Amino acid sequence: MVHAPTLTPTPEAPSPGPERRSRRRRHRGEDLTKILFVAPAALAMLALFGYPIVKNLMMSLQDYGLRTFFTGEAPWVGLRNYSAVVQDQLFSQAMVNTALFTIGSIAFQFTVGLALALFFRRKFPLGGLLRSLLLLPWLLPLIVSSATWRSILEQDSGILNRSLTWLGVIDDPVPWLNSPSVALIAVIAVNIWIGIPFNVTLLYSGLSEIPDELYEAGQLDGATGWQAFRYITWPNLRAVASVLLVLGVVYTIKVLDIILGLTGGGPANATQTLATQSYERSFIDFKFGEGAALSNILIAISLVFAVLYLRGTRRAVDE
Amino acid sequence: MIGNRIATALAGTTALSLVLAGCGDSGGEGGGSSSSSQNVSSLTVLDYYNNDPDKALVQKGLDTCATQLGITIQRETVPGDTLIAKVLQQASSKTLPDVLMLDNPDVQQIAATGALAPLNDMGLTGDGVIQGMNDATSYQGKLYGLAPVTNTIALFYNTQMLQEAGVQPPKTWDELKAAAKKLTKPGRYGIAFNANATYEGSWQFLPAMWTNGGDETDLNSPQVAEALQLWVDLVKSGSASKSVINWTQGDAKDQFVAGKAAMMVNGPWQIPALAKAPNVKWDVVTFPLNKPDQTPVAPLGGEAWTVPLNKDQAKQQKAADFVKCLNSDENELAWAKARFTIPTKTALLDQYVKEVPSMKAFTEQVKTARARTGKLGDKWPEAAKVIYQAIALALTGKATPQDAFKQASGG
Repeated sequence: MVHAPTLTPTPEAPSPGPERRSRRRRHRGEDLTKILFVAPAALAMLALFGYPIVKNLMMSLQDYGLRTFFTGEAPWVGLRNYSAVVQDQLFSQAMVNTALFTIGSIAFQFTVGLALALFFRRKFPLGGLLRSLLLLPWLLPLIVSSATWRSILEQDSGILNRSLTWLGVIDDPVPWLNSPSVALIAVIAVNIWIGIPFNVTLLYSGLSEIPDELYEAGQLDGATGWQAFRYITWPNLRAVASVLLVLGVVYTIKVLDIILGLTGGGPANATQTLATQSYERSFIDFKFGEGAALSNILIAISLVFAVLYLRGTRRAVDE
Repeated sequence: MIGNRIATALAGTTALSLVLAGCGDSGGEGGGSSSSSQNVSSLTVLDYYNNDPDKALVQKGLDTCATQLGITIQRETVPGDTLIAKVLQQASSKTLPDVLMLDNPDVQQIAATGALAPLNDMGLTGDGVIQGMNDATSYQGKLYGLAPVTNTIALFYNTQMLQEAGVQPPKTWDELKAAAKKLTKPGRYGIAFNANATYEGSWQFLPAMWTNGGDETDLNSPQVAEALQLWVDLVKSGSASKSVINWTQGDAKDQFVAGKAAMMVNGPWQIPALAKAPNVKWDVVTFPLNKPDQTPVAPLGGEAWTVPLNKDQAKQQKAADFVKCLNSDENELAWAKARFTIPTKTALLDQYVKEVPSMKAFTEQVKTARARTGKLGDKWPEAAKVIYQAIALALTGKATPQDAFKQASGG
């Protein structure tokens, strides 16, 4: 708003009545214009973000069930929904799974993404084509990806186990989605595959912004290979990387469709996360109040990372 | 910009609430206009037969009744798994259809909310309908829906494979286990079924559980554990794939059609798909018994037609007449024959089997079948959840069949 051009003349010489009135009118008109400019965005924010969040908060404090839709009655229950979901026998497991899922996904998405981005920085024939092919996982609808991976990971006839057996890597087929001890790893692996394009794209553009002169200067000082990465690439990439990591956490922590498509939270609840639990409570058990409570816990966790992101970027701007 | 990104992220995490907010809006007045009180000329219908051939076959029956009553119908079909969400949304915006189809285990739950009109008051009865179905569609002594046709599950077997292996269709669990083992060879399992962690997985478990005398009111009984032991034995011995915990009934059918399973637990709605693979020769027997003196008890499937409460009395009565017509003997038989389902009126069963011999085993099963909501009513979903979670725990080796039910119910 500092740079907004002002049309008002300097308020010095006391001017006669009519002129002052017109100035006030002009002031008022200007205010109105400002409000009109902000209004559409404000309304959209209120309707699309404000209302659902408030509604979700209210719902989490109500006994909001199947009956509510027909009678409109949703008695207040205070924090009972929250205590019910936290005391549930699956809650701690869902928390641990959510953490493992998020950390595992992000760590590998990022490192593999970084390695690929560095690789594609080199100029080689078909490099551009290969890089765009890498975007494919991103372009597929998630339901399609998860259905495809489900058949790839199928224990008996899935192509992965068949190939591994044929290559002699394994003797017995691995129960990718059928064993509680392996399923989470398989689900994380699929999510890594889906997340790599996003990481490569952002890191690649971050890398492109590092001036070549820096590397040339570094070369003169003997910084090549690993040293060049450590002292030139990484410090210049840090801003992009921190944004990427925080966004990654916020996006990954709420992943639902991939897990539902692959395992539905099973086997034996081995891949239940807060998101799948929230979905299950709302849309299978029709306990919308408890579902809302769980999703609010998720929102709170995401919010912590969103604040971290805000502070990180503000510092970057200050620098 | 920054604000926008955060907002986007938040929007993602609140995706659920967005959906709910859409449902939560209550607006609009009344279901149906009350001006057209006397001469009702059209009814709205909602069902989940959204795929052919079922979609067209059901349409035929609806059209016949519409012509008989001298009305037109506006039919909407939605995918099966979205029906309840659709009904909830319509309920809160007061736009429920005049005639609503519901899967039979959902009828009591919806009736409990007070959304449906009792059919007894409008001249409809469940007389002559198999007891199990009346149990499912009644709530607190009143009838809320009528199902023209029903279905259930039984044991399909590949006649060729059994012949080659010299195996008779199993009648007891011991025979089932032995047969499944004998029929298993590299690239082929003896039996396929669905033991996934959904209501479908519980439904497939019920023939074993109920036939053995197990009951959903006491899931910690030895009879229930014995039934689960059967599933565990079949998987542990390698006669069934470990993937059964992720399979749907459709997956089991695919395995059977592909020759990767010699037997499967499944329902008659798979018959049209089986007919498309003429090289697979199959037959059906009732689900095997644990002890020879038991009678097979299978769960009743099929959908009931209900009438949501309507301010317009004339329209509500017309809708009830429409449901009555759908449940006429002629329509029951027509739908049963065309869609490989079974009439719900006991008097029609013998005639039906005479005309469609391939449905003999299923019709036998239906005579003694029970409804899932027969005993627990709208509390059934909770028991079903314990059942499918216990199955998952036992099949993945995380608990013995005895402990699985205790663990799953949080005990």
